[in-house]
Amino acid sequence: MSRLGTITRRTFLVGAVAVAGGVAFGTWYVRRPYANPLLDGLSEDEVAFNPFVKIGTDETITIIAPRAEMGQGIATTLAAFVAEELDVRLDQVKVEHGPASPAYYNAAMMEEAGPFPFFDESLMAEVTRRSFGTVAKVLGLQATGGSSSTRDGFVRMRQAGAAARIMLTEAAARRLDVPAAELTTADGEVIHESSGQRLTYGALALDAAAIEPPSDIPLRERAEWKLLGQSQPRVDMLAKATGAPVFGVDITAPDMLFGTVKMSPVFWREPANADLSKAEVVPGVIRIVPISSTYGHGFGILATNTWAAFRAAGLIEADWGTPDYPADSAAIDARLTQALADPASGSSMRDDGDVETLFADAPRERFVEAEYAVPLLAHACMEPMNATAKLADGKLTIWAPNQVPTLTAQLCASALGMETTDVTVHTTQMGGGFGRREVDFSIYAALLADAAGGRPVKVTWTREEDIARDVFRPAAKGRFRARLDDTGLPVALDMTIAAPSILGSVMRRTFPSISPVGPDATITQGAHDQPYSIANYRVRGIKTDLGVPVGFWRSVGMSFNTYFHEGFLDEIAVAGGMDPVDLRRRLVADYPAALGVVDRVAEMANWSEPPAEDRARGFAFALAFGSWIAQIVEIADTPAGIRIEKTWMAADVGIALDPSIIEAQLISGAVFGFSSAMNQEITLREGRVEQSNFHDYDAMRIHQCPTFEIAILENAEKMGGVGELSTPTSVAALANAVFALTGKRVRQLPLSREVAFA
Amino acid sequence: MRLTVNGKAIQIDAEPQMPLLWALRDLAGIMGPKFGCGIAACGACTVLVDGAPVRSCVMPVSQATGAIITIEGIGTPEALHPVQQAWIDEQVSQCGYCQAGQIMTAVALLEANPSPTDEDIDNAFGGNLCRCGTYPRIRAAVKRAAGGPAGA
Ligand code: FES
Ligand code: FES
Repeated sequence: MSRLGTITRRTFLVGAVAVAGGVAFGTWYVRRPYANPLLDGLSEDEVAFNPFVKIGTDETITIIAPRAEMGQGIATTLAAFVAEELDVRLDQVKVEHGPASPAYYNAAMMEEAGPFPFFDESLMAEVTRRSFGTVAKVLGLQATGGSSSTRDGFVRMRQAGAAARIMLTEAAARRLDVPAAELTTADGEVIHESSGQRLTYGALALDAAAIEPPSDIPLRERAEWKLLGQSQPRVDMLAKATGAPVFGVDITAPDMLFGTVKMSPVFWREPANADLSKAEVVPGVIRIVPISSTYGHGFGILATNTWAAFRAAGLIEADWGTPDYPADSAAIDARLTQALADPASGSSMRDDGDVETLFADAPRERFVEAEYAVPLLAHACMEPMNATAKLADGKLTIWAPNQVPTLTAQLCASALGMETTDVTVHTTQMGGGFGRREVDFSIYAALLADAAGGRPVKVTWTREEDIARDVFRPAAKGRFRARLDDTGLPVALDMTIAAPSILGSVMRRTFPSISPVGPDATITQGAHDQPYSIANYRVRGIKTDLGVPVGFWRSVGMSFNTYFHEGFLDEIAVAGGMDPVDLRRRLVADYPAALGVVDRVAEMANWSEPPAEDRARGFAFALAFGSWIAQIVEIADTPAGIRIEKTWMAADVGIALDPSIIEAQLISGAVFGFSSAMNQEITLREGRVEQSNFHDYDAMRIHQCPTFEIAILENAEKMGGVGELSTPTSVAALANAVFALTGKRVRQLPLSREVAFA
Repeated sequence: MRLTVNGKAIQIDAEPQMPLLWALRDLAGIMGPKFGCGIAACGACTVLVDGAPVRSCVMPVSQATGAIITIEGIGTPEALHPVQQAWIDEQVSQCGYCQAGQIMTAVALLEANPSPTDEDIDNAFGGNLCRCGTYPRIRAAVKRAAGGPAGA
């Protein structure tokens, strides 16, 4: 792994983020633990042992799970970390998201933001991971993303539970006047077996919290786990089956107003010559105010009900301006094509061997090349963007379904010219997130609250606004070539990918005064970081600004690069006369976890037997977010079109913390990927998004959904994420199946450009 | 204007054209039905009116003269409806945002057809989008609630 010598990648994100946060830091700052944010707002009968555990004398045990619950089941698994070591049952605890606080920084998300493949365990890779994790801690960046939450909480939150248990045990020892070693704990009680005495945690809480926290906190071995490693009933299931008001849109406050926004459909432009007269007379409309923010410009509507606000939004007329960016799909394609014409302008994220020499004399018959492209995509979370805000007495309170609470506080404060310390952010549960829930909707709600005269206002976006003003999955284009040896194996693979920088786009709308420098690893994520051994292997990424805001969309760069990489490997297999599974087995032979999932899925799907008539299968593999996955998709030719009949997935996650939740995430990620690959596409016309709602931006429906067969393996040495794991391979395996069925190699998504789905 | 929601008469002051969804959510504070699209394309707002599943985002409140049932009206955490119990047993929900609509669709389906086939389920749920992809577990839960063998 000596690629590093030639590349100055180390500074790329550290620099940008450190500047963004406006901090200069030294070692003392890194070591300094953050204050426990739970200490404010405790009642007299309640104590907080650390930022993750609160216990009341009435036996209420509260666990803080400080990551966004977007459906991925994170609240349950994070609570289980604490409960496992605290010795309480999950049905004994209350699980809360807790306040926005730097104490809940996400180190794991940042650790893998570096340019090193997950399997790279070189000293430099490890040092970088540690320093990136440190940046997260210093910035106190509380964020949910990168399928990182369980990896991040695995040690920290179990230690939080164990520390509280040790303190409770010590308090019991003092009270009963017995050695702590004679005490055991179970189900929220400390037990003295020989005397039969029992003390509840509630009875011990006040004493225990006064005891010095232990500095040495041993964690239990896996063999001793009672909760982790087994499927738990999710802590949010009852609420969600009974319609409890847990979402952002369900926030209700006394005297609350309702609102929505109508932002310029041309990005970044300020509207001119606005005519609000039709909108203002809609019954129920109270006020229409201009909105100016780093995210864009437009109008906010205050009303007595959401419907009135929606109607008014549709009646606002203005000259929205003309785009200063590629205004339609042809222009986007031209910009990406132009970027690819100068591959040397890209950053090499991988450069093994000597690709140039190998291609200089490659014989025609041993040469494969192709060009692939993907469109912009919207997230289309089920719950449209929304937030509720109240500004009174110089204090701003925001209730927001968001993935970045500390950043939300910071940017809303700056939008209103306030101090961050005067902003309180409550993170609600969210109806899907998928990387969409950043800060814009909270800023708009804050600005509307500023115009609401002290009354709270719930600002809900229309679906049309939600789609048109998304931060999109980037459009991207790649050019690939390979040279094969006599056996059909690639001896050289050269990939060049042009795409906008997500980081650059995020910075433009959050910290516009800072321009991030250096390459953006997401451009080639899923292409440069795969565990394939190919002697001459180069992957270059070219940052290509498209003007349109782009963001994190479930699986980020892998959402297109796995399609590129695995689609092209499928072409290599065909050209070299090799079986696609065989080809992967040869290329991943150095990585047992990879080989394990490839073999397992081939066995599950009975790959060596041909499928039934009118059916075909496609295969894909990926190392994604620290986990290893191989997938096979079987499709059928039916009179109504192509139907996805079945998919098999073998996923190695290192440690399977909750098999039921992992299975649900693998299915969820696959449906998300299939939805995009089949039909989804955001297109522009005169710079405006053409799609507006589920009739023209639909997703997979129940009758299109295949059956699933899933194997969860635990051979990998490191624990990986699951929330985004199956999306990339689902896209790629489906495209490869379409080739196997129809002989059409669809190199541009969505697949519906060339084939019809039932 | 008078509505009958979950067996109770409620009085609201709404324009006749206001969709039932917004009358329920913003004026009556009944938060179970969800806004997803506003054009009858996602099913998140599904409620029962006289037993039939209705997209409340497109039904003017003035036409909702029948008995309206929302998810709050079929069961409570202490006394779950069999469909809700099946939803918990199969651990269906992910984000949960679409699930009130899915559950109301299931209640209506099983009322009309106590032992639905896979095709019946496809037809009944085709208008209920789930971006989290809970479809296999929805199917299993409907079958469980119908008393059939569980599992998709
Ligand atoms: S909100 Fe009514 S169907 Fe989507
Ligand atoms: S559970 Fe999230 S949309 Fe269905």
